[in-house]
Amino acid sequence: MSNLNNFSKGLVKENPVLVMLLGLCPTLGVSSSAVNGVGMGLATTFVLVMSNLVISIIKNLIPDKVRIPAFIVVIASFVTIVEFILEGFVPALYESLGIFIPLIVVNCIVLGRAEAFASKNTVFSSAIDGLGMGLGFTLALTVLGSIREILGAGKIFGLNLGFYPLDAEGNPIVILVFVLAPGAFIALGYLVALNMKLKDRLSKKIK
Amino acid sequence: MEYILIIIAAVFVNNIVLAQFLGICPTLGVSGKISTAGGMGGAVLFVMTLATIVTYLIFNYILVPFGIDYLQTITYILVISALVQMVELILKKVSPPLYQALGIFLPLITTNCAILGVAILTVQKEYDLIHGVVFAIANALGFALALIIFAGIREHLDLMGVPKSLHGAPIALLVAGILALAFMGFAGMVKV
Repeated sequence: MSNLNNFSKGLVKENPVLVMLLGLCPTLGVSSSAVNGVGMGLATTFVLVMSNLVISIIKNLIPDKVRIPAFIVVIASFVTIVEFILEGFVPALYESLGIFIPLIVVNCIVLGRAEAFASKNTVFSSAIDGLGMGLGFTLALTVLGSIREILGAGKIFGLNLGFYPLDAEGNPIVILVFVLAPGAFIALGYLVALNMKLKDRLSKKIK
Repeated sequence: MEYILIIIAAVFVNNIVLAQFLGICPTLGVSGKISTAGGMGGAVLFVMTLATIVTYLIFNYILVPFGIDYLQTITYILVISALVQMVELILKKVSPPLYQALGIFLPLITTNCAILGVAILTVQKEYDLIHGVVFAIANALGFALALIIFAGIREHLDLMGVPKSLHGAPIALLVAGILALAFMGFAGMVKV
């Protein structure tokens, strides 16, 4: 498999969120705004690339029986590094992502790629695979975050859009439920359905 | 009274699945039937309570005195996966019927972010041991409640005509959204 393919499959064809439905907890939990989505996506991408890299380097040293705990230790180390970086440089993002930063450890995407790809492939293609998957995750989170922010707060990336009608106090009238918990489920549900529909139509066209 | 408030807050107001988005994967994965949902709920109750006790003790008596509380994430995830393995072995020896009922769900639990999430939240909220245990049990009950309601709805959903592109995961997510909307009605019942 070529490296270009390794990279691009994570973005669309095997998008971890929209197609494989992995890592839904952080997806739903932090996508209340586009900025949070990008931040979480990039943090996860860093962990994915670094852990794929390290695991594919040491894959021959790890006995098969303890491979899962070994993977988890590698992943958890990088998650701790990310925690420090975010806390030090972007404390506002660190606050709003909250508990979902340490929970990158149990994000099924990271362990899934380590087990399914990095433990069987070369160092370079593992890093590329991690980058593709991570960016696919970031893409899905950003799209979902933008949709929820536009519908639920009338903003995108914190900028006011201004096309919503204003109420008596001058605040835009928005569909508040989209930034709350139920909106996350509903928006993601329709996004996955849309993706399925597009794929269906595309495969019909090819035939 | 304080304990009752913690329980109501964790089960209804801040339901771990529907309001905090923890443990979504098992909720979507094993919620096809009410019986399996009950089994999963039982296994989570068991492991979540144990994990919270063990991680609480480790955090306060090992990590904090040595000033290495930044190792929290690594320690917790290792402790939880070791604990799940141990529970599996012990149950197999001591109580085969219980193992039969919960066994297949145990390996899934290591990657259930609700367990790690509750262990971390207990530290963040600065609960003592008893409050932490009550908090863990209440969250596990909330998880089981959401899972069982969800399974009940999905059993009926199998018989419905759902549009083709909404089949499977999308309709499940929409159902979860409506369920979360219903649970929002509990907000304001308890100040958290």
